[in-house]
Amino acid sequence: MNTIGGKRRFGAAEIILLLSIAVLVVVVAVPVLLILVNAFFSGGSLTLADVSAAFRNRGAWAAAATFFRLAVTSFNGHDVFKVLGESDTYEALLNSLFIASGTTVGSTVVGTFFAWLVTRTDIPYKQLMKGMFLVPFMLPSFIGAMAWKMLLSPRAGYINRFFMDVFNLDGPVFNIYSYYGIILVEVMYLFPFVFIQVCGALERMDPTLEESARISGAGLFTITRKITIPLVLPSILSGALLIMLYSMAHFGTVAVLGIENGIFNIPTLIYQRIHESAGNFASIRTGTVLASVLVTAAAVIIWLQNRIQGRGRYQIIAGKSFRPMELKLRGLRYPLLVVCLAYIGFTIILPTVVIFLVGGLRTYGLSFTMENLSLDNYKFILFDYQVTRDAIWNSVVLGFGAALVTMFAGVMISYVIVKMRVRGKGLLEFLGMLPFSVPGSVIALGVILAWSGKYGVNLYNTVWIIFVAYIARYMAFSLKANSAALEQIHDSLVEAARASGATTWQALRDIVLPLVRPGMIAAFFLIFLPSLRELTVSIMLYAPTTRTIGVAIYTLNEDGETVMSAAMAGVALVIIVIGQIFINRITRKRSGS
Amino acid sequence: MADIRLEGVTKAYGSHRVHSDLNLAVNQGECFTLLGPSGCGKTVMLRLIAGFEAPDAGRVAIGGTVVYDAGGGVNIPPDRRGLGVVFQDYAVWPHMTVFQNVAYPLKIAGWNPEELKRRTLETIALVNMKGLENRLPSELSGGQQQRVALARALAARPSLMLLDEPLSNLDANLREEMRFEIKEIQGKLGVTVLYVTHDQEVALVISDRMAVMDGRGRIRQIGSPAEIYENPADAFVFGFMGVANFLPTRSDGGKLLAGGGAQPIPWPGPEGKAEAWTAAFRPSDIVISRPKPLPGAGCLSGVIRRASFLGAMMDYLIDVDGAKIRAVLETHEAMSRGLIFKEGESCAVTFLNLHWFDSGALKETAI
Repeated sequence: MNTIGGKRRFGAAEIILLLSIAVLVVVVAVPVLLILVNAFFSGGSLTLADVSAAFRNRGAWAAAATFFRLAVTSFNGHDVFKVLGESDTYEALLNSLFIASGTTVGSTVVGTFFAWLVTRTDIPYKQLMKGMFLVPFMLPSFIGAMAWKMLLSPRAGYINRFFMDVFNLDGPVFNIYSYYGIILVEVMYLFPFVFIQVCGALERMDPTLEESARISGAGLFTITRKITIPLVLPSILSGALLIMLYSMAHFGTVAVLGIENGIFNIPTLIYQRIHESAGNFASIRTGTVLASVLVTAAAVIIWLQNRIQGRGRYQIIAGKSFRPMELKLRGLRYPLLVVCLAYIGFTIILPTVVIFLVGGLRTYGLSFTMENLSLDNYKFILFDYQVTRDAIWNSVVLGFGAALVTMFAGVMISYVIVKMRVRGKGLLEFLGMLPFSVPGSVIALGVILAWSGKYGVNLYNTVWIIFVAYIARYMAFSLKANSAALEQIHDSLVEAARASGATTWQALRDIVLPLVRPGMIAAFFLIFLPSLRELTVSIMLYAPTTRTIGVAIYTLNEDGETVMSAAMAGVALVIIVIGQIFINRITRKRSGS
Repeated sequence: MADIRLEGVTKAYGSHRVHSDLNLAVNQGECFTLLGPSGCGKTVMLRLIAGFEAPDAGRVAIGGTVVYDAGGGVNIPPDRRGLGVVFQDYAVWPHMTVFQNVAYPLKIAGWNPEELKRRTLETIALVNMKGLENRLPSELSGGQQQRVALARALAARPSLMLLDEPLSNLDANLREEMRFEIKEIQGKLGVTVLYVTHDQEVALVISDRMAVMDGRGRIRQIGSPAEIYENPADAFVFGFMGVANFLPTRSDGGKLLAGGGAQPIPWPGPEGKAEAWTAAFRPSDIVISRPKPLPGAGCLSGVIRRASFLGAMMDYLIDVDGAKIRAVLETHEAMSRGLIFKEGESCAVTFLNLHWFDSGALKETAI
């Protein structure tokens, strides 16, 4: 419909396209590009001043030649390997890989097992348990890590102390400050990625596929091996890759549990370097090289995932829910129920309770008796302590603002990608893929490079730099929700409006906007809620007055203010749960009407 | 009221040419049908006229106004072409009630509220949807949604209506009912209608004139339904207008012989020059009878290969010297004249209406 009137003059279509490209370039492409340039070209010699001088004196060709010569001479692949070869960078790379692999394997096993249990067996309370297994999606993993630190740190952890006192042991039962501790905590909070994918696949799978195998004489074991597993495998792999990507770039858990014993992964090392050296050249250099590794790994993983999903699509044909075959567990029914309940109690309820209890203590380390517990810490955090009050306010305003801006930008960009046929759309489609493959710590570093005054605008140490970074970080969510909504709107609906006499803008206002509104609302909350507990990006960008909730919890914990940080974490959990209930209300009302 | 003129219109998608140098004239106040197989570019043509697509070359004029001219840089957007469009998938806006859907073109045009209400209700009544004004599209059947789409296109009383396969998603009974209604409304309002379809039955019922397009987007024949049915311009048009029988012939010593055998064709042959000729006729144009005692007396003899009882009709597959032809006749007529054949019996056939086509050209335009 854009060809209308857009052939010769500069029409609405071109304006929207250019605006969309501009948003993605400024917010995502420039930061990522700056990271790659800083990593691969030694900063000083590739200056644009030389290029523009050549342009003024000898024209465009000379300028291009100068640029090329400078690019070649300053290209420094050698340096990249030097940085990667330094012992602590090298170690961080290996740690990221090791922790991500362990987390992926663990989460895949746990997620697939529970998914099978709640979809394909006759275990009781299925719906309730399905809901419970998704709760970790809501819980910020660094708060979980803090809870586990309180329970299992080698000397002060409540569980370790309990066993040492009761059984008179010399050492702790389990040291959470270790690779296995980190992997265990990450598995607890990341396994829902696999769980939800496999549940979906098992529920959507056409039961006649299995029934026809059964009629052909195959036993349950053979059916599972030859039919069910091959059909569900793409979903398992796709969930596993998602976890791999998430874990490699994951900051919170490793930051809380690893630093004690000097275990760094890529994001925590980037943070540590940038933080302690106040942005000198060598540390930025190390940061950009590590970030480049993350970007590359993410791109490979996203590519693999797209391939797997593309292949898996036709295999599970049915879109509707069926009633699948259920395995009778017989004698194992109640023992397995106990396993599930124990898992839920151990990974969800126990850490949450500990956070709230520790948040109520006068001093960390006291026992949980009535005279030691009070609401004083909560009162202090909410009403008296300037730092935490600021943090809550900052997070709410930042989240709200970023969600609003990202929602509108996402609608616009998705509209061009899904609905319009304009020349130059290919570029936008490529740029639109970027937000999906750029991890949070990479965005934070890129934003520092782009907005610290080197290119005219200095947002460093202001709340705006976090704002810009949030937009880049959550753009992918908005694009996903809005494209899905736009794909539902058939072109002829808009054409019918045009034929009825509506201009492009009137058709957008009267037809497209009302119909994508559900997608926009979904996008808003998909951004607003996670941004309330955001840590990875804001920890790299905060200034004393621009702390967010996540930063406040993390820094209080770092400073040894364990009870205050626990109280703050408790407050955050309450805010998150209320928000989630609110969203569920809205979405249920919508699907009900 | 408006007429449509397309002059030298060319449209390509990448390297795929849909139309090249196409000319077409639709007269004011008529119901004109574009009939062609799916994928022939008839919908593209409708979209070029509506303004949803721009031709690569050529001119489009509606009611004497040039709305598109590749050379002169004219391209009037669809919202200012003053037409009504009905889409195959209804395209009724799901977030608006029936009333809001139909009233939208009037609202955009800035009608005052009373006039708008009066006209909207009047139009809803015109398509027999009275009483359903406050329903949402999700509460309507497919046929009702298509009526809403029709009313919406008619609300502003456009001088030109474009309908893109509007009935193809409806079931057979509803389709039959709706095509009469569309025709009736068109007569009542005197609006020019361009109707696009691949269904030759609808085209025959609804059109004042029609154009038959082939798979490559070329117009093969333009004329009234009767002209096109009775005097098809070529084998493609003949074949597209209904079930067709083709009887190949070969010439031998000035005589035309049927199929692969030695029976001469006992009717006047074709005029003009061709390597070989094929006779074409519809199943209903065959007169079948018991074998004549003298072969060659004004008929061909054949063998019944398959006899099917279809209720009101008998359907025979007849082998005439290797050529298979299908014949139908009414069951009660077959009964009363003793023409109920069994498979393997011999029979004699003659034809009411015969068309001759060049066999070479026929192969080229195979449907």
